[in-house]
Amino acid sequence: MDLRLLDEVATAAERDAVDSLLGAPESGWDGGTRQDSDLRYARGGHAARDQRDLLLPALHAVNDRVGWISRGALNHICRRLTVPPAEAYAVASFYAMFALHERPERVVHLCTDIACAAAGSGRLRDRLAERLGPPGTHPDDAAATWHESPCLGMCERAPAALALQAGAPARYAVSAPATPEDLDALADGPPRQNGSANGSAPVGATADSSTNGHGAAGAAFPTTFHPAPLSGLSPEPEPVAAVPDAGSPDHVLLRRIGRVDPLSLDDYRSAGGYAALREALRLGPAGVIREVTDSGLVGRGGAAFPTGRKWNATAQQPDTPHYLVCNADESEPGTFKDRVLMEGDPFSVVEAMTVAGYAIGARTGYLYIRGEYPRALRHLENALSLARERGLLGTDIMGSGFSFDIEIRRGAGAYICGEETAIFGSIEGQRGEPRTKPPFPVEKGLFGKPTAVNNVETLVNVLPVLLMGGPAYAAVGTETSTGPKLFCLSGGVRRPGLYELPFGATLGDLIEAAGGLPEGRSIRGVLLGGAAGAFVRGDELDIPLTFEGARAAGTSLGSGVVLVLDDTADLGATLARVAAFFRDESCGQCVPCRVGTVRQEESLLRLRAGASPAEEVPLLREVGQAMRDASICGLGQTAWNAVESAIDRLGLYSEEDPDTPATPAPGDRAATEEAR
Amino acid sequence: MRRSEDFSTSYDRLTRPLVREHGELRPATWEEALDRAAAGFRQGVDRHGPNSFGMLSCARATNEMNFVAQKFARVVVGTNNVDSCNRTCHAPSVAGLAAAFGSGGGTSSYSEVEDTDLIVIWGGNPRFAHPIFFQHVLKGVRNGAKLFVVDPRRTPTAEWADRWFGLNVGTDIPLAHAVGREILHAGLANESFVERATSGFDEYRALVEPWTLAAAEAETGVPAEAIRELAHTYARAERAQLCWTLGITEHHNATDNVRSLINLSLLTGHVGRHGSGLNPLRGQNNVQGGGDMGAIPDRLAGFQDILDAEVRASFERVWGREIQDRKGLNLTQMFEAMEEGELKTLYVIGENPVQSEPETHKTTARLRALDHLVVQDIFLTRTAELADVVLPASAAWCESDGTFTNSERRVQLVRKALEPPEGARDDIEIMCAIATRLGHEWERPAAEEIWDEVRSLSPMHRGMSYARLAELDGIQWPCYSEDSLEPSYLHSRLWSKDPEERGAPAPFGIVGHSPPVDLLDEDFPFRLTTGRRLDDYNTGVQTGGFSSPLRRGELLDLSPEDAAKLGIEDGETVRVTSRRGSVLVPASITESMRPGLVFMTFHFPHQVDTQLLTIDATDPIAGTAEYKAAAVQIERIGPRPGQQAPSERRDAPDEALR
Repeated sequence: MDLRLLDEVATAAERDAVDSLLGAPESGWDGGTRQDSDLRYARGGHAARDQRDLLLPALHAVNDRVGWISRGALNHICRRLTVPPAEAYAVASFYAMFALHERPERVVHLCTDIACAAAGSGRLRDRLAERLGPPGTHPDDAAATWHESPCLGMCERAPAALALQAGAPARYAVSAPATPEDLDALADGPPRQNGSANGSAPVGATADSSTNGHGAAGAAFPTTFHPAPLSGLSPEPEPVAAVPDAGSPDHVLLRRIGRVDPLSLDDYRSAGGYAALREALRLGPAGVIREVTDSGLVGRGGAAFPTGRKWNATAQQPDTPHYLVCNADESEPGTFKDRVLMEGDPFSVVEAMTVAGYAIGARTGYLYIRGEYPRALRHLENALSLARERGLLGTDIMGSGFSFDIEIRRGAGAYICGEETAIFGSIEGQRGEPRTKPPFPVEKGLFGKPTAVNNVETLVNVLPVLLMGGPAYAAVGTETSTGPKLFCLSGGVRRPGLYELPFGATLGDLIEAAGGLPEGRSIRGVLLGGAAGAFVRGDELDIPLTFEGARAAGTSLGSGVVLVLDDTADLGATLARVAAFFRDESCGQCVPCRVGTVRQEESLLRLRAGASPAEEVPLLREVGQAMRDASICGLGQTAWNAVESAIDRLGLYSEEDPDTPATPAPGDRAATEEAR
Repeated sequence: MRRSEDFSTSYDRLTRPLVREHGELRPATWEEALDRAAAGFRQGVDRHGPNSFGMLSCARATNEMNFVAQKFARVVVGTNNVDSCNRTCHAPSVAGLAAAFGSGGGTSSYSEVEDTDLIVIWGGNPRFAHPIFFQHVLKGVRNGAKLFVVDPRRTPTAEWADRWFGLNVGTDIPLAHAVGREILHAGLANESFVERATSGFDEYRALVEPWTLAAAEAETGVPAEAIRELAHTYARAERAQLCWTLGITEHHNATDNVRSLINLSLLTGHVGRHGSGLNPLRGQNNVQGGGDMGAIPDRLAGFQDILDAEVRASFERVWGREIQDRKGLNLTQMFEAMEEGELKTLYVIGENPVQSEPETHKTTARLRALDHLVVQDIFLTRTAELADVVLPASAAWCESDGTFTNSERRVQLVRKALEPPEGARDDIEIMCAIATRLGHEWERPAAEEIWDEVRSLSPMHRGMSYARLAELDGIQWPCYSEDSLEPSYLHSRLWSKDPEERGAPAPFGIVGHSPPVDLLDEDFPFRLTTGRRLDDYNTGVQTGGFSSPLRRGELLDLSPEDAAKLGIEDGETVRVTSRRGSVLVPASITESMRPGLVFMTFHFPHQVDTQLLTIDATDPIAGTAEYKAAAVQIERIGPRPGQQAPSERRDAPDEALR
């Protein structure tokens, strides 16, 4: 390929980070030392160009090791992978978690999204800004920099902060609920020692990994992140802490959470693990698809497409190979269900992916996990290694002749990559931009091949489908919404967390299960489905939490977010945050979304500053309609949902609305503009 | 940062005829110029006979213009001394292919390069030199074809390749023979094809037997295992395209090189089938057509042998003049004949031999020795500066109607889009005017009338009426009738089971290795090879006027190892000296070169005259010169590091530094 590489040279640590991922260079032509033999013979071509999908992992490798991606590192990656630097730059700059300018090894991500804002992340933000300066900056000698983050998926213990510390290996720490003391510790960085050079083991980590409580050694296999979190914080609660009614005999999907060691395959098997895969191998691929079709299972990621139909369509494609993609890029604000599953029961995800791969005729599955889930990543990496070791992944699984393996791909802070076609671009090493449909993924998906993309929760549901049988599963729930469903409760309820209920319960049932609201509080609105979802009122609690029920009520279940805003919430600020989120996360590919999300936010900020709703609301409607009609993907199409419902359903910015400010709310504008 | 310099050369279009008076060119009227041109030719022929006249026709002009040019030589003057710059590039390909298969064109079509399993590019850098063809290669690669590249340099083409084989310059025959031997010893030869469709196999087997992998590695520098891989991949491919360019043909034994590659296709049956074939990549837009039209000394239009009396008779009937029953002089022989005083007058149409021929000083001296030189061109080239009469012509590709024939033998219509500038005239019109002055009343015919004459004389063009060419967006030759089209590839006959239909078997070329003439020694230790870059073309006459962000002027590419050894820094001007001449040129350090190998182009003759260095050792069959292999030495001329660096350009006027 016609590569015009940069002149800059990678440091030893950067080279080592990339070469540890890709293996040593084969010759001087792909980044090694020039040898005499290189002057007479070179390999390359298809084999060299076919490594493009390793671009994102290679960028991660450097970012994990040294904290940012220099031009020299980018150059080395480009030479190793035969990628033009301009394209690699386009990819690296697409993701929020990568830095292309030097920064401290430690980065603190403070969630300022809806649930965390409602839980007081504003105070923490001010504290960090005071210590480290505006987001993205840091004092000269600081050990850390910080960013305001979109939802970190830890809404049940808001407000949340995540710290990532580059090194070999990288380390992380989670602080949730975050305290000012925790943030101080994170901002201070590790205790200073003599010259903490790039690539050296980070100092200031706790000596052992007992904090997860499951064996002092932690994971038995090398994982991306060091098993021990950064020191100075109170230990992160166990995954089970996110499930308030853990151990309930009614649980199907959550039944193992808290009961098994998420790092132990033996524990998983003793709790019924891998029985479903054995059943699947007995049924054969067509039998699996039949059971899943009969079960009535539909996608839990938000689109509610029948899983059996998707699998059948993929399995029937003549083009090969077929791919499975598990969409674990859980980034919808307010959603944390997949994190809890991956952290608390990682083997179930692996087993379910294996079943799915078997059904659709795939040999390779990709598990695309969002970059902000280090613990889930570690548990999954461990699970894959153990499953391979026991012959549950790889060739000839369980002696059946079926071969299948899973590769993990880690996102790097881009909400759009959870879109079912953008995820392909991200895995392929391109920018994560959605593609027009048709062709649909089942025809031309990952690498242009037939692909089934399924959400984590959807896949995990396949296990009970096989164990119960499709018809028995279909008997759970309602006629058109079958099976159990996970709901992510956050905001003003007494016991926020992950709840599993059979389809059919009402919104009121769910809020009651979460202990209702504290004394004296009332509901201002409930956001269903996350930022892409819509608000309902406190007097609409009889809405059945089924796909058909939500649709009838003019809203949607989305990914199962139930975010309760009580009467203390600043609804206008919440909408401004939602708008800032979409503006920030728009990939910029299509005009309606790229421009519309900016205009929407501007208008909402003007309203916050006292502009007349009579002028702004019609403008918002027009912009919103244009985004809904003309955007390529769901991001732009739904970017106006929450705002619209707040206006139409909650009466925000209507004449009698108590929230409509008579005077400008200063502060606010600055806060949202900072996020740019 | 390197200073952005403007290496483009702006030529102004010629719009007034020029004639030489008292040693200087001065403007003249068309009448005067045409009279002088004709008078000089008449005088030369009267005094020294028709074979003292030579015609260099233009490979960039239309088929129609080339047909009229060769007819001018054969009918108006009465000589076969007509040739074009195809001599400097692909005459060996034509000769080699014609010797093997009876006709001198590439055997496949572009679309087949997109639909094949292996593309071997041997001695070519089409990424730069044939960018349009390379788009087809890339489509093939995208469709899954493997790309193998054989070239001393790791060129941009090689950077796209699955495998690159960096042989020594001028060792193509050892490599090809070793590949052939390995195919035979591995039992991968297509025995039924060899038996049915070829001749001379036993001699070939004996010929290649000494070229073991080890022997070939020692001679070519390519590792034995790599040669084995090349052999096995080519032989095992279900379909394979073997393409070559000037790395094969610009050698003193170029036709042998071509034959050695053709041998591989005969051995494996990679010819005469869809997706399998042999493709010389032509450079000029109509270098194929120029030869097809008979603007070569040994063939009449449609590749018909000039030594065949029946063929000549059919032309003589139409033209009303006897054609000499012997081959004329090719371009190289014409220049030799100038030196020997046998060739006295030369009519050059759209060619620039002063800058395109090797050994510039020699070429210039030879042209000066002519009694009469007429140059017909769109620019005042270095060659035109030496002329007695300069005739301003039109640019064929946009200022005339006619047809071009591309590398895949496709004849395509070209339509006049612009009027030539005021004062310039169409090539054909000028030739007709001179012919008229020489006693042949040639009315200026329409392009289509000329083409219909071609069709009446050349069977392989017979079915290509203008109407049909327009309707089908071009037609590949052969096209014998207006009712049918032949397959997109040539020589399917070789696969016929019927011996009658199969026709003459294709002979293996029994050719031996002959290293480059210009030997390396202690005084001239570096092998200089030449070629092209993406944004310039040949001597720069047609491209120098366009700006390019990539253009850096002439450069000497050399390896980092040699640069370190010689203490040369990137961009530093060095002296390059061969046994024939010496030039100053900035060095460019690049990993694509290996120690001992250096590279230059000839795009910037005003800046650096590379042809001062090259050798005019020529292929005895096709007459192409060995541009690809000169022995040179390289010296620093700048101060030693640490000394005050005097600006090399201090004496240059400021505007030159722009």
